[in-house]
Amino acid sequence: MTTTTTTITFNVNGRDVEILVAIRTTVAEVLRDVLRLTGTKVSCEIQVCGACTVLVDGHPVSACSMLACDLDGTSVTTIEGLSQGLDLHPIQEAFVETNAFQCGYCTPGFILMTLSLLQDDPRPSSETIREWLDGNICRCTGYAPIEQAVFVAIRRLNEAEAADG
Amino acid sequence: MADPRSVPRRDAFAKVTGRAIYSIDSALPYMAHAAVVRAERAHGEIVDIDHAEALAAPGVLGVVCGSDLVGISPLFGHIIPDHPILAIDKVRYFGEPVAVVVAETVQQAQDAAATVWVDYTDLEPLVDADTSLASDLLIHTQSYTGPEGGFLGIQAKDTSGNNVAHEVALGWGDVDTAFADAHVVVENTMFFPMVYAYAMETYNAIADYRGNSLHVITTGQHPVMVRRELARLFALPLAAVRVEVPLVGGGYGSKSYTKLEPLAAVASRAVGRPVQVTTDFEAAINTTRADGAEITMRTAFDVDGTILARDADIILDTGAYADNSPLVLAKCANRCFGPYRVPALRVRGRAVYTNTTPASSYRGFGAPQGALSGEVNLDMAAQQLGIDPVDLRRRNLVAPGETIMPGKRPMDADLLADMETVAEALFEHTLIEEPGIRRGRALALSASDAGASPVSTAMVRMHADGSATLLTGSTELGQGSNTVLAQIVARELGLDIDQVAVGQSDTLFTPYEWTTGASRTTTITGLAVQAACQEIWSKLRALHSQTQDVDPDAVTIVDGALLVDGNMTSPRDVICSWFGADAGEVTGVGVIRKSGMTEALPPFWEVGMVGVEIAVHEDTGEIDIEHLVLVGDVGHAINPDLVKGQDLGAATQGLGCALWEELLYEGQQLTNPNLVEYRVPRFRDMPRRVTSVIAERGDGVGPYGAKGGGEGAINPIPAAVASAVAQAVGVWPDRLPLNPQRVWELLEAANSSGGPN
Repeated sequence: MTTTTTTITFNVNGRDVEILVAIRTTVAEVLRDVLRLTGTKVSCEIQVCGACTVLVDGHPVSACSMLACDLDGTSVTTIEGLSQGLDLHPIQEAFVETNAFQCGYCTPGFILMTLSLLQDDPRPSSETIREWLDGNICRCTGYAPIEQAVFVAIRRLNEAEAADG
Repeated sequence: MADPRSVPRRDAFAKVTGRAIYSIDSALPYMAHAAVVRAERAHGEIVDIDHAEALAAPGVLGVVCGSDLVGISPLFGHIIPDHPILAIDKVRYFGEPVAVVVAETVQQAQDAAATVWVDYTDLEPLVDADTSLASDLLIHTQSYTGPEGGFLGIQAKDTSGNNVAHEVALGWGDVDTAFADAHVVVENTMFFPMVYAYAMETYNAIADYRGNSLHVITTGQHPVMVRRELARLFALPLAAVRVEVPLVGGGYGSKSYTKLEPLAAVASRAVGRPVQVTTDFEAAINTTRADGAEITMRTAFDVDGTILARDADIILDTGAYADNSPLVLAKCANRCFGPYRVPALRVRGRAVYTNTTPASSYRGFGAPQGALSGEVNLDMAAQQLGIDPVDLRRRNLVAPGETIMPGKRPMDADLLADMETVAEALFEHTLIEEPGIRRGRALALSASDAGASPVSTAMVRMHADGSATLLTGSTELGQGSNTVLAQIVARELGLDIDQVAVGQSDTLFTPYEWTTGASRTTTITGLAVQAACQEIWSKLRALHSQTQDVDPDAVTIVDGALLVDGNMTSPRDVICSWFGADAGEVTGVGVIRKSGMTEALPPFWEVGMVGVEIAVHEDTGEIDIEHLVLVGDVGHAINPDLVKGQDLGAATQGLGCALWEELLYEGQQLTNPNLVEYRVPRFRDMPRRVTSVIAERGDGVGPYGAKGGGEGAINPIPAAVASAVAQAVGVWPDRLPLNPQRVWELLEAANSSGGPN
């Protein structure tokens, strides 16, 4: 009999979970259907639209195309893990402030990709921003408000860092 | 300084924290899952469906085929009921649902669906409109005329004899004489490809059928239209059909009317449990796309550039089923000749069945297709007449109050002023010369008979503390309607925006709303909301007059309070006094119908007014958008940021149609049903510069002089891009999209012809 299931242990947004999954199950299915973290959205299913972006050990991945069994031993951040209760993360605040979404379906992916970008490069150039976010599709806004949100977030995060330092 | 009218969106917190609920996130207790078996040829007779293995597979609860659709009406389609919920006897496009497998899990359903074997007798696939028009083979052999058909005055026609799903004719004046007397006649034919709206939340629905009731959760724009159709299919009273629409993950018209809901309902009916049906990218295209179009426009001009007549022939590639295409065709006919003085007009339009995925509404609704031919035709004429393209339009545009279509509402916009705003921004500098780059710029415009039917009911409940809840059947697609409508309530009742709640669209609770489309919500629903608030005030006056024991006429309303003999009382105190406790509520209902201010149709003309400057790379054929100019003529902006968001979003989808998007068939099958090969605008494609202006002249019929926006900016973009490319390259394109390969071919053609034509 071939093995078709496996038990995985990982951390999601600070919570340790241990679950039995079918080997073919994707990260998106585990997050959405098992853990009911429905903020992770699935759309193109071939790693092009970026809507399903989550961070695995700090790196952005497409949850639609990564197998859940590969999550074993990792730490996952989804959009639900970004705010502290009602206190929004500065990137989330920036998206609100600039109306960087309409239907909002792509927003979790954009916010997590922006977080990943700013962790990699706290002061990215416009060209770097475009390079990082070119893998996320938004069908509503025309992108300009999202670019604006990233600029606002950079300013906020750097101001906060300056204040702390 | 930010405009104080641009209050933050009400759905902001939910949408940035992942807590927004869409249909795809919904679930019902004991819910099962469906997988759809889809046709693997475009045209064929079904000989046999063998699903024995699927039925025996682990977790499978049932399999439904077309032959199981007994005891219900199996055909849907709000205009032409030509669309079987599951193919019956025949398949008409590659990807058509043939059977649905229901199982405990999605994976079980998908595994079992893969074992369903369908045997076909092949028929010749008619995959484009010209082939279909010329063929004796009929895609639909049955007539769908009958008492059930017909919508908005459009009657289903007897389709026997040819493959035309619907035909329109429009016109006035002596066209032939005008052409005979013309100084110049300009003719062009433009091809607008079939495109896919790609709402990122792809089609999905949950249905719970219980014999005498049906509950549906769907990502649909028009819950009451879906309710109407489901009630007819399942012979249920309207009240027994509940259609719930959570936040919608993109609509753009592509989620208008009925889509997957009947399929989910027959699956639920078969297994006696709630069932969810979902689509991936390819299945979503196989649910609905937009109509492709081939439009020939002829225009007769006087020596000074005055339009004498226009003559248009429209062929829409409507796909296998009519869906909303007859209405798209009617609107395309109304929108192709532009808001110009056209003394003589003849438009003939045909929506043609083909063996391709069915077409329906998409943002702009026939206007992008129509304006492509109509506006490019004017630019070609300007070149031939030696008149500046903007000046040619100046000579022909209608003035405010002038009529462009007999019997319709006169023009409620100052199009000339809007055009001057675009021209000023677009032509402010001379084009920069740069080796290897060719530049061009053009403006284009349109006016659409928008607003759909002015039928709307809104209900406002004022609570005992004076705060209010708005119930409306309008759906929040991302356009920000829940924010704008709350702003109207706040303004009418003198409340802070945080004192207003807006309920989610749900036919069990929210009142009647014709549709969420045709850019109508702010205008039409807004008027209903205003009327509901006015009823709150008149009820408050009545209650206060009773508690104060004075004549109602003695109560006046000043600054959000009720005044009697110099004493001010707040609405809160009026409610609490009348109920004798800190309790109760006052409800106001506002009803809008085709009457009074909304008697004349359309309720408003939606203006599209844009300019583009492009740079063409000679070595690659790639196009950069150097400058995008948008004027949103919305009468009055209740929330300016949201208006500008709609304009840029619509324009960007227009750029997608102009530059990249095209569904390609090779033989009977789509070759690019994925987001790699179906290329939509990306982050890097953003215009280098955007000038976005809102025109506010208070000339709309809606609240505070508002009129609709949201679609206008998409309509003229493809035409503006095509004319700008012609200017840059020196050859008039005859089709979209103007992708690098096509532009490179145009450059080659220009080089071989020895210069600009």
